[in-house]
Amino acid sequence: MAKIRVVIAKPGLDGHDRGAKVIARALRDAGMEVIYTGLRQTPQQIVSAAVQEDADVIGLSILSGAHNHICPEVMRLLTEKGLDDVLVVVGGIIPDVDVPKLNDIGVRGVFRPGTSMQEIIDFINGNVRERTEVI
Amino acid sequence: MAKAFTTMSGRTIERIYTEELLDGWDPRTDLGTAGEFPYTRGIHPTGYRGKIWTMRQFSGFGTPEETNERYRHLMAAGGTGLSVAFDLPTLMGRDPDHELALGEVGKCGVSIASLADMETLFQGISLKDITTSMTINSPAPMLLAMYLVVAEQQGADWKTISGTIQNDILKEFIAQKEYIYPPRPSMRLITDVFSFCAKHVPKWNTISVSGYHIREAGATAVQELAFTLRDGIEYVQYGVDAGLAVDDFVPRISFFFNAHSDFFEELAKYRAARKVWATTMRDRFGAKDERSLKLRFHTQTAGVSLTAQQPYNNVVRTALQALSAVLGGTQSLHTNSLDEALALPTAEAATLALRTQQVIASESGVTNTVDPLGGSYFLERLTLDMERETRAYFDTIDQMGGMVEAIENGFPQREIADSAYRFQQAVERREKIIVGVNDYVVDEKTSVPILYIDEAAAARQIERLKVLRRDRNNARVRQALDDLKRAAEGRENTMVPLVEATRAYATVGEMCDALREVWGEYEERPII
Repeated sequence: MAKIRVVIAKPGLDGHDRGAKVIARALRDAGMEVIYTGLRQTPQQIVSAAVQEDADVIGLSILSGAHNHICPEVMRLLTEKGLDDVLVVVGGIIPDVDVPKLNDIGVRGVFRPGTSMQEIIDFINGNVRERTEVI
Repeated sequence: MAKAFTTMSGRTIERIYTEELLDGWDPRTDLGTAGEFPYTRGIHPTGYRGKIWTMRQFSGFGTPEETNERYRHLMAAGGTGLSVAFDLPTLMGRDPDHELALGEVGKCGVSIASLADMETLFQGISLKDITTSMTINSPAPMLLAMYLVVAEQQGADWKTISGTIQNDILKEFIAQKEYIYPPRPSMRLITDVFSFCAKHVPKWNTISVSGYHIREAGATAVQELAFTLRDGIEYVQYGVDAGLAVDDFVPRISFFFNAHSDFFEELAKYRAARKVWATTMRDRFGAKDERSLKLRFHTQTAGVSLTAQQPYNNVVRTALQALSAVLGGTQSLHTNSLDEALALPTAEAATLALRTQQVIASESGVTNTVDPLGGSYFLERLTLDMERETRAYFDTIDQMGGMVEAIENGFPQREIADSAYRFQQAVERREKIIVGVNDYVVDEKTSVPILYIDEAAAARQIERLKVLRRDRNNARVRQALDDLKRAAEGRENTMVPLVEATRAYATVGEMCDALREVWGEYEERPII
């Protein structure tokens, strides 16, 4: 079976990368192929990375409160590139009221403080697109 | 397998501590008395009897007007010092109208783009009567310049005002990642501030060497202690190399530690910090002035320990963490609010956090005597162990050539990432319990009111900037920025042209850009 390919990205100006790095490692240990973009990536750069890496999943780590700006832009660019089937998840400090807004624009998983690594691994395994093996 | 008894940093703890476990410990040299070398028991002979710690609540959001109102509220509630939280564009040296500032203006702190915003921030607050701490790093010289000009406008004397800028770039490279310039020019900016303040603002704390962010990024207690003190050593070394006399600037260096959840380990950390710093300043740098030997520190309870689940539990966590900081002899303290795993705190939550400190100070009785737990077999053993392990880290970093080199090698970054992952695994395996998260979990959600910052702040700040750029003397701004670049290329102290640029109402982004043109920007190699 092909490995699930995940791009973990830190958009915006925020540099708090503990969560992004812990998750990157946990997904890798769970058998996924993980690409970590590093800090301060624009939505454009994140989507380009997803294209280049043929990503199945994009995980955005946002703790600064800028999710209402960043997520719609990432979703718009994904649609523009025809990557609607890429699973997008977000982790960080996200107020309750923003969760349905993010779900509405197509962010499938929103993970907040206290979420276990296993929960995120299970969510990805359960929601990622079927990958057709090309031989 | 027998259950392992360990601290949250993974340190094995004995069933009981006795005299035998303190073999080699000498109360005269290892402990001494309060106010005397090596200051294990505290830097003041009278502890909190003479002066209670400063209750300094970190605060800032939205526009300068909104934050000014919160400051007045905190002072009215009995707060005794101000502590400014800036938003990410300010912290990263970007103006509110920069494309990278999109969605970030006023979100994590207050937006300060120019002297005009700083004037508003401190409207009606007399800078000669309070001390202010500003959590600002890469643009610390710019924000300090703004504060000084506002103080001057209010008629306050630079020679007598006091406060703190964080100005600790090494921990940004290590942990929080709010850097702009490469390490070496960043260190130059810091030594420029040291020498400017030694001459013109002698009571200013020119740097707050911070373990807080290192710990939040996942470091163990010892890693926090060791990397922070080793950062401190690096700053002293760079100051000495820049031609400053140790006792002229080291007394203005202060520290900032985390208060995490493992009570005794934290307490030992503060005590070991004082002892190691005093010994190192004396033996490594030949410091003579006792003010150079005394480690003063601010503490903040651990933000990372707060949970979004059952948020009222956070009040209890914070109270215990605050107690460890007080028993450890902190000079000032910030207690986190119960809602901070969800958003910036509401005024009510921030008031409760302040009340937590007031209860400890006024009701618990712990302030009656200095270092009440000193002499405990357990605590003294922990203090010795942390001291020894810290010195071992010093040796490793010294062998790499210093902290700047260690950072360039990714050493502290890797150590911290490993610890963060280990801790998370321990939580997943339920070896470490977090109440409400991996034990005592309930299904129903507790909802608490939260502070929601809308986009109005950004719009107001951008509009204000447009007016400022139109109305100021732009020729004067250009001249000041040119002078700044020339200073950066040469050896003149950059604080001098920065103060002039500030007076001309140059923006934070413009001043930082001028230096970007000379020094470039730093990009890290990510380590996971």
